Order: sequence, then structure tokens, then C-alpha cells
Amino acid sequence: MATSFTLNGKTVSVTTEPDTPLLWVIRDDIGLTGTKFGCGMALCGACTVHLDGTPIRSCQTPLSAVAGKKVATIESLSKDNTHPLQKAWIAHDVPQCGYCQSGQLMSAAALLHTNKNPSDTDIENAMSGNICRCGTYNRIRAAIHTAAAEMRKA
Amino acid sequence: MTTTRRDFLKTTALAATGLTLGVFLPEAAEQAQAAGTIHTPNAWVHIADDNTITLISARSEMGQGVYTSMPMLIAEELGVDLRKVKVEIAPVNAVYTNALLGAQITGGSTSVRDAYEKLRIAGAQVRMMLVSAAAAQWQLDASQLHAADGKVTGPKGRSATYGQLAAAASLLPVPKDVVLKPAKEFTIVGKRTKRLETPHKVNGTAEYGIDVKLPGMVYASLEQCPVIGGKVVSFDAAKAKAMPGVVDVVQIPDGVAVVANSWWRAKKAREVLAIVWDEGPVSHIDNASMRDGIRKAADAPTPIKKTGDADAALKTAAKTLHAEYWSPLLAHATMEPQNFTADYRDGKCLVIGPAQFQQGTQGNVAGALGLKPEDVTVKTTFLGGGFGRRLEYDFAVQAAQISKAVGKPVKLLWTREDDTTHDFYRPMALHRMAGGLDAAGKPVALTFQLTSQSITQRLFGLPKGTLDPFMAEASVVGYDIPNMTQELIEHDSGLRVGYWRSVSHALNAFANESFIDEMAAAAGKDPYQYRLSLLEHQPRFAHVLKLAAEKSGWGKPLPAGHHRGIALMEGYDTYMAQVAEISVKDDTIRVHKVWVAADLGQMINPDTVEAQLESSIAFGLSAALGSEITLEKGQVQQTNFHNYPVVRMSDMPRIDVTLVPSTEKPGGIGEPATALIGPAVANALFAATGKRVRRIPLSPENIKAA
Repeated sequence: MATSFTLNGKTVSVTTEPDTPLLWVIRDDIGLTGTKFGCGMALCGACTVHLDGTPIRSCQTPLSAVAGKKVATIESLSKDNTHPLQKAWIAHDVPQCGYCQSGQLMSAAALLHTNKNPSDTDIENAMSGNICRCGTYNRIRAAIHTAAAEMRKA
Repeated sequence: MTTTRRDFLKTTALAATGLTLGVFLPEAAEQAQAAGTIHTPNAWVHIADDNTITLISARSEMGQGVYTSMPMLIAEELGVDLRKVKVEIAPVNAVYTNALLGAQITGGSTSVRDAYEKLRIAGAQVRMMLVSAAAAQWQLDASQLHAADGKVTGPKGRSATYGQLAAAASLLPVPKDVVLKPAKEFTIVGKRTKRLETPHKVNGTAEYGIDVKLPGMVYASLEQCPVIGGKVVSFDAAKAKAMPGVVDVVQIPDGVAVVANSWWRAKKAREVLAIVWDEGPVSHIDNASMRDGIRKAADAPTPIKKTGDADAALKTAAKTLHAEYWSPLLAHATMEPQNFTADYRDGKCLVIGPAQFQQGTQGNVAGALGLKPEDVTVKTTFLGGGFGRRLEYDFAVQAAQISKAVGKPVKLLWTREDDTTHDFYRPMALHRMAGGLDAAGKPVALTFQLTSQSITQRLFGLPKGTLDPFMAEASVVGYDIPNMTQELIEHDSGLRVGYWRSVSHALNAFANESFIDEMAAAAGKDPYQYRLSLLEHQPRFAHVLKLAAEKSGWGKPLPAGHHRGIALMEGYDTYMAQVAEISVKDDTIRVHKVWVAADLGQMINPDTVEAQLESSIAFGLSAALGSEITLEKGQVQQTNFHNYPVVRMSDMPRIDVTLVPSTEKPGGIGEPATALIGPAVANALFAATGKRVRRIPLSPENIKAA
């Protein structure tokens, strides 16, 4: 049985078992590997993608739950790093090992979608589900403020 | 210590591994020469006819910034725009040996220290060869020519790109006498430089081990014995083989692997395997028995190293104090779970993935498959964290064994649970400290005794009872104390242990820097002033201590309920002090801000230096506040981030960094700050509560119990 959904603006259809976590459908079946596996228990946020604009942990979201819906991954921000968050991440040189950063960026993108001028507390509340073992948190916070400022100007 | 880490690993460790350091050309160079388009004047610089310049990083990028800092060193002398070069991670080759560690290893905060001269010389050699080639072509003297920005220029508007000169330059002898720029002429080294790989890490295109895909590749999930070291007695794979997508179920020495056409299917099928295990000797270990064993070894010490004699001075001291400190087992918890991809065919094996120790990976994959090292090709991806975990190669060997068993390229990926329960753990440690003060409160004696397990013995086959120099790290304090003893006792707890960011610095600094605080308190002195009074002959120590204290406003009033603690250490040739400002509520610590002052000599990329300080503090803070591995019947009880908590953004302190400008030889910066945050917070906790908590983590349970 095929499951169809919209991935980064394009309709995709896969025959993977419907109880398969979306993460593995995106990574192994469709081949978009920007979204990462960290914990498999929705504890670390490395697998964060958007489902109809809301951040979700794709490691705990079965394929069946996204049928007919819109999924967006890190690859949707921009390929050429022109999204304000990507620009801010580069300006602040946020990533170290970088493994968690796709998830961080997608959580940040969802935050800025609903809150154009987040406070430090807003950012901490939105981002504390995303673990970074390299401890880039202070730069993430600063980069979100930078991106938010740019998006408000636009 | 009489044996330095460098000498030691050169002479002992590498010999003990039995690895052959094959000398063969880097593959990129082989391909390049075959194609006739790329020239390799030396192992660090590849120049194509179209002037595409590729610089080689022989160290693995695991977040610490070598993908940028190594090329910066080459580019400084080569005369190229860093923004226009490509970077490649080196293949395995003896030329890429880390002289500080005796093998191609990324670790020990050595990358810059090893490379600082070597890579500038490499860059200068190639520049001189290019200039010589131009001089010959133009029949001019080399002194009339100038090399910069990928071009050689000369009188009368003569100009040629490095690409145009590379073919001729590659045929010239490599110059032996190279004069390097003095530090004051640096245009790249020491300048804040944007990391070269960041663009790939913000759009999902950076390739980690988990992202590797080979044609015809299948996926593996491996069930290992719940007790580390246990072996398969028998297994029933019938149910697993009937699951969708399963290609095969194979036994390897470490367990039973399910191989399927997707990783999720492999993992699902693994859940229905029925395996009978022989759990082996580790099943008799738990935390209490490990502590008992360590305590017994400390009670009847047979030190591997004892220096100084403070016992007499202790006996005559006006006041003496004694204390015991415990550090727990810890897991590395890299964000990217362990994985490797292997393709065994026709007596050769390709392994691709996140590796910190390329020759260890090559030699051990070869050994496990019965191949020669040169028949194993190792390719290194970006590492989703390393922290010492990826100095091991267990996962690479497993991937290769599975690939050989199924006759296909295989990606082996561990779950987070596999990763947490099958780590090589930071060893448990006991410190016994004794101090003597004179009537004025000045320290006259300090004895330091560490009892712990030797990692080096396990990984490199160090003979029992031989000094493991890593255990001695930061065991000797910089303070002017006339009588000091350092005693190191090795005790093998039976559990496998591994190098964990900052290794013994973290253990030893926790004990030393907590205890000097205890001595200050016993003397009735301010902990900062007390330390400073003992550093008259140690200007670099004193300088960073003063900087951290001054920046933090030491001695000035704080918001209600806030308290400060201070700590000081030298590690990896870097001098560092930290001040932590905390508050405590319901025995739970909140760290608000950390001031760190570091003197690491010449810096390569100061922005990366700052990032590493931030990173190390976060990493050390996870251990200081809450992470701990415990065993029951040999099984690790923690499995994932809910029961092995790490610092999140809401826990992250603000960090104020002060860097000392210097042209002294570079020190390491990837690790030392990890070791100081624990004692700085423990000392702040004492200031806040009057409680001296001598057991890491400084968790509510341990604070209550203190």
C-alpha cells in the first residue's frame, strides 16, 4: 500500500510499511539525509522536521501519520544558504560537529514562524528539546536573534 | 614525570599495536597522477592545472575546527586565499602521522600542536617549488619573484597561476631549508576565520558516517550481549528472517547482526531474535563492587609512580586535612550514534565512516578479516562528535565482518541504546588527598593519590604496572607547595574504559582544585587570594587566574543567592582559569555564568578557540551536574538521554572568554576547559551551602548525601 505526502513542496509516494518512522522514510527510502538520527525516542531533536508547519520528531512519527500532509526538512530552508537562519548560523559560525544542526535549524524555523521577536526565554523554551553535545547553545540563541531581526526587516 | 606522552606513545603504544604503517600514495594523488591533471608537490597540497588547489587535513573534523585550522597553517605559507581552496580529509598514510601521538590520530588536543610548524613548512616548500619553476621558465632569479593568492608574479608583468606552474614544480626536489614567516607577519594564522565547512552544515549536505551510501548497500543492526564482552552461545533467527526486507542474519564475534534492505527493517527484525548469551566475567561487576575494588587497591597501594615525599612535612604541620573524591563512569554520548560502512570484496575491504584513529581502524579491520593493512582502505567522513569514543574501532570492525559475511556493502548503525550501553567508559576514579598547613595557614605539604584504571593499557597493550602517562595529567599543581607527593595506582575494574574528552585532567583537576579550596577554607583565606599567593613563580598561571577573577568581579557583591567558585589548571600546554557563578535551590544547581581566561600561546583561529571553550564547558558541565553510568550485574543501566541527561539550552550558562595574546608555542584547546568546570562549580557550591561535595556528579542526591 502506498502512502503519499508532500515533501518539501513535492508529492512523494512510498510503499514502506506505514508504521515505519518518517525519519527512515526520508533518509533511506527517499534519500534526503540532512535529517539526522540521534536517539529514536524524541529526546534529542536531531530528527526535527515540520509537519504542516509544526516541528515534530520524525523518529517517533509513523509514516501513516503524515499521509496527505506537508512535510518539510532541512533541505527546504534553502540549498544555497540564503534563508535568514542559515545566514545567521554562518555569521555566528554556530556548528561544531554540526550533526544536530539540521534539527536545531528546523526547531528555530518553526519558532520564528510563530514568533517574530522571540525573547531569550522564548528561544530556550522552543529549543531545549534539541541537544547539542558540542554545546553551541549560546551561538544558537544569538543566531536566532540575528535571523529574527533580519526577517522583521524583510 | 619522566616519560612524556609523546615519547611514551612513540615507543610503546604503537609498537604494542603491531600495526604496519604502510607507505603508499594517497589515493587522491594516485588518481590525480593517473588523470594527469592534478599535481602533488607534497602530501599536503594538490594543485590542478585549472588552479584548483586542494589542501589536506590529516585530522578528523569532529567539531573542533581542524577542517579550517589545518588548511590555515598551510595557506599562510603557500600564499593562497583560503576561501578559494578545497579541503580533503587525508587517507591513511605514514606521512600523516601525528608526531605527538605516534600514529594518525585525532585526539589529545594535539592537532595544532603537531601541525603548527609542520604544515607551515609544507606550505612554504610548495611555494618555493612553484617560485623555482617560474624562475626557470622565465630565466629569472627566484628572489625577483613573488608568490601570493595562487599566483607567482615577477618583473615586467610576468604572472603565472600555481596551476600553470604545478606540473613543472612537482618535478623539482623538495627544498630542505625553509625559512618561515615570523608570527608578526601572519596574515591568516591568528585571525578570526569563518569555518570552511559551515555552509555544508546548515543545509544538510555535510556527509557524516550515517549518510554514506554505496551501490547495492544493505543495512545492519547488531544485537550485542547486554553485558559487555559476553558471547553468543546460540541463537534462533527464524522469526527475524521471516520479517519484511531481511536479507540475512549473521553471527560475528560481538553478536548477531540482522541485515535488511532498510535500517528500520533490520532493527525491527533484530527485536525478534532469540539469543542465548554467555555473559562472561563483567556480569559479576556492579558499582558497589567496583568501588570496593578501587578502595582496596588504594588501601594497599602498589603505586606505578610515586614522586616526592610529603609524609614528613604532613606529620609536623600545624593543621592537616584529608579528603576522598570520587568520579563516576561516564559515556561519551556523541550525537551521531556509532556507525561505519564497509564493502568487503575479493580480499580487500573499503571502510568509510567517522574515525579518530585511522591506522587503528585499518589495522584492526585487517586483523579481523585476515587481510594485510594495505588491503584495507579507510575513508573518513565528518564525525558527529568524537570526544574520544571514535578512537575506538569496534563498530568499523563489526561492519567489515558483517559485509564479509553477507558479501555486500553494509552500513552498520547502532541505536542510541546500543551506544550508551556499549561504550568504552571513562573510568571510575578515587582520589585521596592530604594537606598540611603551617600556623599561618600556608600549605607545607600536599599528597595526591589517584586510583583508577589505565585506558592506555587496554587500547595499546601497555604492560601491567607500567606508567600510563595519561593518568598523570594535571596531577601536579602549579602552586608553590614545598613538599608534594603524587601517587598513581592502577586498578583494573574489569569494565572496558576509554579516553573521554580531557581524560584524566577532569578527574585530577576535580580533586586538586577542590582540595586547594578546602585548604584555603581551613586557612580561613579567600580561595582566589589563597591560590594567587602560591603562584609567585608561575606567571602564566597567575595571569589567567587574575584575569578570570577580575573579569568575574571576584570579591564584589552578587545578586541574592548567587555564589562564585574558582579553579585553575594547566593542560595540553594551555593555562586556564574559570570562575562559575551559581545558585542552588532544592539541592539543584543552576550555573548562570562562567568566566574563562586562557593562555594557549599562539592561536590559529581565535573564534574556534572561543567555540572550543564554550563547547568544553558545556561538555564538562553535563558530567558535573548529572551524567553518570551505573552497572547492575555488569549491565549498564542508562540507555538514552532520559536517564543519561546532558546539558540543554535551558541549562547552558552564559560564557565570558578572555584570551591572552601570545606567540608562545601553541597549546591544545579542544579539551582543557572540560576539566575545570566541575571543580569551579563544586567550589561555588561550597560557597553557596558550606557543603563540600566530593562526588561527581553534583546531583541533588549527592548534594543531599554530603
